[in-house]
This record gives sequence, structure tokens and C-alpha cells, in this order.
Amino acid sequence: MYEYDVIVVGAGGAGLRAAIAAQEAGAEVAIVTKLHPVRSHTGAAEGGINAALREGDDWTDHAYDTMKGSDYLGDAPAVEALCKESPEEVIQLEHWGMAFSRDEDGRVSQRPFGGLSFPRTTYAGAETGHHLLHTLYEQVVKRGIEVFDEWHVLDVAVTDDDEPEERSCHGVVAYELATGDVEAFTARDGVILATGGLGQVYDHTTNAVANTGDGVAMAYRAGVPIEDMEMIQFHPTTLPSTGVLISEGVRGEGGILYNANSERLMFEHGYANNDGELASRDVVSRAELTEINEGRGIEDEYVHLDMRHLGEERILDRLENILHLAEDFEGVDGLEEPMPVKPGQHYAMGGIETNEFGETCVEGLYAIGECACASVHGANRLGGNALPELTVFGKRAGRHAAGEEMGEPKITTGKTGDYEKGTVDSPVELGEPGSGAVADGGSAAETADEVVERTLERQRDRIERLLEKDDGVQHASIRADVQKSMTRNVNVFREAGALKEALRDIREARERYSDVYVEDPSRTYNTDLIHTIETRNLLDVAETITVGALARDEFRGAHWRKEAQERRDDVWLKHTMLSWNDGSPELWYKPVVLEGEEKTYEPKVRSY
Amino acid sequence: MSTQQPETQEDDESEGELETTSPAQQQRLEKKRQRAAAREQREAEAAERAAADENTVHLKVFRYDPEVEGKQEPRFDDFYVPFHKGMTVLDALMYARDNYDSSLTFRHSCRQAICGSDALFINGSQRLGCQTQVSDLDDPVRVEPLPHQEVVKDLVVDMEHFYDQMEAVEPYFQTDDLPDDELEEQHQTRENREKVKMSTRCIWCGACMSSCNIAAGDNQYLGPAALNKAYRFAMDEREGADMKQRRLEIIEQEHGVWRCQTQFSCTEVCPKDIPLTEHIQALKREAVKSNLKFW
Repeated sequence: MYEYDVIVVGAGGAGLRAAIAAQEAGAEVAIVTKLHPVRSHTGAAEGGINAALREGDDWTDHAYDTMKGSDYLGDAPAVEALCKESPEEVIQLEHWGMAFSRDEDGRVSQRPFGGLSFPRTTYAGAETGHHLLHTLYEQVVKRGIEVFDEWHVLDVAVTDDDEPEERSCHGVVAYELATGDVEAFTARDGVILATGGLGQVYDHTTNAVANTGDGVAMAYRAGVPIEDMEMIQFHPTTLPSTGVLISEGVRGEGGILYNANSERLMFEHGYANNDGELASRDVVSRAELTEINEGRGIEDEYVHLDMRHLGEERILDRLENILHLAEDFEGVDGLEEPMPVKPGQHYAMGGIETNEFGETCVEGLYAIGECACASVHGANRLGGNALPELTVFGKRAGRHAAGEEMGEPKITTGKTGDYEKGTVDSPVELGEPGSGAVADGGSAAETADEVVERTLERQRDRIERLLEKDDGVQHASIRADVQKSMTRNVNVFREAGALKEALRDIREARERYSDVYVEDPSRTYNTDLIHTIETRNLLDVAETITVGALARDEFRGAHWRKEAQERRDDVWLKHTMLSWNDGSPELWYKPVVLEGEEKTYEPKVRSY
Repeated sequence: MSTQQPETQEDDESEGELETTSPAQQQRLEKKRQRAAAREQREAEAAERAAADENTVHLKVFRYDPEVEGKQEPRFDDFYVPFHKGMTVLDALMYARDNYDSSLTFRHSCRQAICGSDALFINGSQRLGCQTQVSDLDDPVRVEPLPHQEVVKDLVVDMEHFYDQMEAVEPYFQTDDLPDDELEEQHQTRENREKVKMSTRCIWCGACMSSCNIAAGDNQYLGPAALNKAYRFAMDEREGADMKQRRLEIIEQEHGVWRCQTQFSCTEVCPKDIPLTEHIQALKREAVKSNLKFW
């Protein structure tokens, strides 16, 4: 049994930043992470960090761009916090030694990025995330913050009061990969989930193999509402064979997209007559797929991204990493030929519902970074807005969890007076097979120790069951089938029939999963066991994405529906919420907060 | 004492750094181009073979598990994996695991040579599984855990010693001289950023340490990755002269830079093309210079 003030789950940019902030605020902190911190997928972020740093720019312009980019599904208090605090966080990173690219005068460089009205993306070559991750980890080492690496968190220890809003979180239970031990970590003040992405729901993704939506799934099953899960970003420039990301920085520096007829598609086919290649990601991804679907793709699969005209010197200076990626993973020399690219799953705008301090409706449970939904990104994230989200909200949640007074939040969490019930026309039963919504709540109030102990026992039983079962279904085929179905049915262009098909596939996968077993009997570094547990998380997450997508019959940001190809502000200016409800998911909605500190962001027609 | 004499000609290190790194980059790119051409040819051949159904990759994979009967004695298992164009060693391992033996164990995450999880000993040299095309290798493909590190299970080695060495060089930025305005950055010249650029690319994969004979014989040797980390900060003009002096003292210790015998094995295996040996040599020169100054 371990005990700390604050437990941070995950050690990417958000988790590391939160741990530093909590410790600076006086808390005793531990990070529990399934990967060693430097293995985290923040390291794969390429393009940059948006921050209004320079004369002529202003955080309010950044906020406006972000709200527009979100297609008015972002919540203004969170968006404004991001844009206001990003500059100080960028300078903080610089003061911690981060190797930013530099201008001639020695100041931090900035470049243009999609959907931005000012070139405000600071960067470090085309490997900004790598530098950010390592810089933050260096600070964690410097401060001597305890890191439990290769410890996979199995569950959060949350009370079982009837209503999620009455529950509280007192720690986590984790599995040590090296030894097979299952141990409890008690958190006196707070648990901060920073588990990152969920891209492994799809089979063509820029995400790491470890990005299995663990935090989202754990919080969801503990009763925390999950928000806007249908809002999945498909990045327009990923390598066709592997899904490896080619940074938006290529287009920021002047890279051009061509179709099979060598037409500059963004202009010549009118997808974005002003901003062209630098339109928002959702716009560019749809443009590419439209070209491909209408027969103007190359090999019916991809388009070309050409950066040759930028010249070798500039490419080597600012985008060298892209040359290596294209060469190593697609066998293409970006100096000599255009690079093949197509849209690939990249980012989840939705996630665990939080307010602007990272708090969920469960007391003592926080979420930050990609696993969270404050919501900063709404229906579409702008390039360069993920990394500042990590540091800004990491810092906020770390301080808040450590007990700093930060004022009243403007964003609500959990069901409040604005609750609106939703319905979805699912062809199958959702949630846990055979659950029947038998809540086990209502028992006598538990102490914090009892909650942690109960969670520990449950998870030990679960591990024993998985290891001792001798036959059944193995997780790998279940995972592969769901990934294929999601890529086929819940992609950039969505329609009801395919979405229902995905729900049927997920249901079938859930039923097969109820017979899952782990073949490797070893207690030593059992990745078979961990992957099996992750696959369960993927199933829960895939279902929430698909349910949200089926219910939302409109076109907003990254979410396009064949049956309803227009944004419908009269009906849909609201967040999709899903509550686990003890195994029988409940769909509901809450309004978007468009009122900012100084102004209200009135929805406008979104064109680039 | 080291057998290596410090080199004398290094004064042009700081000026003209932009010009000097550029040819190095050119060289690497040229090497890559040649490799790409060779690969294209092999791929054409491979594509022909792929047309035939029986086309497979033969993997010979090291297996060991201290607590599973039959795996306590290290052995090699054979896997025959269907080949496809562009297949990496990591792809092949994942295929074998997901289709033949779910207990096959290895670290991996990003699949794009940035997380540094999957450094392996492939056909006799340290490489990242995800960055190594099967078509570039002789068949059968022999996959072993990194040498000189304790094997935990199958291809997983204990990285703790590597991490300890990394942390021994105070691997974090330190300065007493930050701008007063908390919204003002420190300035850094493009030349200085260029000078440390390659060193900042380290992904902590451990390939260099595993390839190093000195590290194999001297467990306390800081090793190429940690020394490179020290270089990254010692050469960063933002830290200032006092801190540089402190950093040189750390790397001059008994198991520091002077152990390096410039065999270049680390530089050869580095998947991020970091000129590790050059960086260690540069630290030696700085150390000599500063010792002369204080002498």
C-alpha cells in the first residue's frame, strides 16, 4: 500500500506538468504510468505549441480562432484559459531549457498553422513533442518526484454512492508489469488522470500502441460522464501504409497538396479558397477523401504532399524529422518526390467531462490532456493546440488537486439543471452484457480506506480470473475486429447504416470478450494480460464514440453525417454526454458555454 | 588513464557550426538515399516473392521466462510470418505474437522511432524494431534482447541501470540567470541551438550503451547516452560558464569521458544518427581546455 497526497496516472506532457505543479504547491506526489515517462506518446507530437507571444498577436485572437476551429462546441471558459495561459507556459518551458527553434535575433520562432489568424505556433523542428516531453521529465527528475513506471493502473478507487455527483475518489489500483503485483495507491487529496489518447480503437492511426483510452474507460465505468466522444480528429497527412504522422508544419511552411491530376486540390476544387492547405484539419481531411472517392486519388488511396519547392536548406532546418519519417516508414525521399498522405485517426476531442480546473463531478478525481474534455477543442482541434492544453491544464489540475484556491468554475460537471435526456436508435443493447443496470450502490457509506481496499480486492480477483482461465477467446482477434469495423464504419464520412453496423460489431465483440482468457501464465512482464485489459477499455470507448456519432444527426467540425450535412445550431449547440449508469449507458446533453470573460462567441458560418 | 589523446584542432567548433553540421546531415541523407535505392531493388524482388503464397519471413526469436516451465532455459523459437511490402521487424514480431504465441514479449509503443522502447539485437546489431525493414535483412531474421543488459523476459531487458546513468549527469537545465520578466524568454543563437540540436534527439533507447565495449566492462561507466545528455547541457550557452564548469567536473570523473576509447560503435548503432563519439570527444576537449585555464 502506497500513500501520497496526489497520484497522477500517466506520464506524458499533461501528467508530468501536473505532477510538477502539485509538488510546487506543496503536495507529496507520485506518478503511476504504464510506460516509462520518455516513452509517452506526447513525444510523437511534431508541429508545435500555439501561444500569442508577439506584438501584433493577442490571446483573444487565439481564443477566437480556437472557438471557430471547434465549430462552436468548445466551452469559452476553457478556451480562454488555454489561450491566456499558453504564453506563460511556453516561456516556462523555455526557462526549463527546451530546445525551441530560434529566429535570427535569438528569440523563439513561430510559424503559421492551420486555422490560425497569426503565425503563433512555436516549435522545435518537427519534433516539438519530443522536446516538450523530455524537458518536463527532466524537471520531474530534478525535483525527485516519485515515478512508478511500467505500473498499469487497473481502476480508480471511487465510492459507490447512488449518484456519480455524490461519489469521491481515494486512489488507484495498479499492476506492476515486472512482478505481477497488484497494489493500491491511496491519494489523500486527488487522483489526476492523464492517460492520453485512444487511437487504438482504429486500425489506421497516428497513435501509439499504448493509446488505448484507459483513463476514459476507467472514469466512465466509475460513473463520470464522458463528453463529445464522437468528435474524433482525422489528421489529413498520415503515411498510407503505417499511419505515421506527417506534421502540419509541412503545410505551415508552404507544403502543397496535389491530387492525381496534379491539381492543387484545396483551391482548384474549392474546398478552402482563402486558406487552402492551411484550412482546419477536418476541412482538409474531407477534401482529400472527397478527391479519392471521386476518382482523383493516387492508387485510389491517397494524395500527394509536396514540399520540394521549400528547398533543402529550409527543410533540413525546420522539417528534417519529416524526411526521416517519410524515408523510414514509406520509403520516400521528401527532397526528391512528393509524399503520399491520407487522413488517419489522430486525436480525440472528447473525453472525460471536466471543468476548467480539470475537476470531474467525482470529488477528488481530475482529468487532463487528451483523455479529458474541458472542452477546449469542441468538434475539431486546431493543430498546435494540444501541447498547450497539456501544460496549461496540467498545471491547473496539479495546483487544484494540491489544494490551491482557484475560484469558482464556470463550467458545470455532472448532471445539473440543464440536463437534457437523449435517445439513440441502437440496433443492439449497449453496455455491459447481462448487466441489467443493477446498481450496487446504496450500501452503507464507506471510508476512504474501505473504498481503496474494495477496489484492490476486485482488481486482484480480476487478474486471477484472467490468468487462471484455461481457454476461451484471446483478445487480439477481438481488438483487430473492432479496429477494422471502426475504421470502416466510424470514419470521416458517417452514415446511420454503417454506424449501426459498428454497434453490432462492438456488441458481438463484447460478448466474445466475456469469454476472454490470457494464455501467458507468467507473473513476469505479462504483456498478454495488459493487452487483454486494454482491449476491454477499447470496447467501452469504441461504443461511446459510435453512440455519440449515431445520435448527432448534423454536421459539425470533425463529425459529418450523410443524412444531415449541415450544422444545426438550433438543436445541436450542446455536448453529447454518456453515463455508464452501472452498465446500461445513458445518453444525455448539456449546453455549450459560449459566454467568455469579456465576450460571447456567437456561432458564425465557418469557412477557411 | 585513458589511452586516448585529446585532439587539438577543435577551435572552429563554435563558429561555422551551421556549415559543419550541414555536410554531416548531407552525408546521412546521402547514405539514406543509397539505402533507399538498394531497398527499392530488394523491395521489387520482395514484391515478386510476395506474389507467391508461401512467401514468409523466418524469425528466430530469443525466448526466456524465469518462471515458466520450458522457458527457464533460454532458447530460440522459430516463427514464419507472411511478408508484406514495408514490413518492419516490429510488424513481424507483432504478427507472430497476435497470431501464434501471445506470450511473446517485447516493449513497443509509438511504431515510429520516437519512444525508444524497441531497441533490439537484430541480426547481430542494435536497432529499433520499428525502424528496421525486414527486406533490408538476411533471412532468417534473428531477434535477441539488447546485449549487456539483464534479460527480464524474452526481448525485454532491465533498463534501470541505463536510467540510473542518465540521471547521474544532472540531466536537467540549470541556470541562475533567467530574465526578470516571466514572459520573456532567454535568447539563444541559431548557431548554439544547432550545436546542441543532434544531442537533443536522444530517445533513451539504450542501443548505444548496449553496443559499447567499455560499458560492458565497466558497469559504472556513464556511457554514451548519459555523456551525450551532459554534452547537450554543457554546450547550451543559456546555462552559463559556472554551470558548464560543474558539468565538466561531472563528466571528468573516473568513470566519465576518459573511459571512451573512440571505437564509434555507439555512433554506428544510434537510430537517431547522433554523433555520440564526436560529442564525447568534444567534452574531452572542453575538459582539457578548462583544466588548462585553472592550472
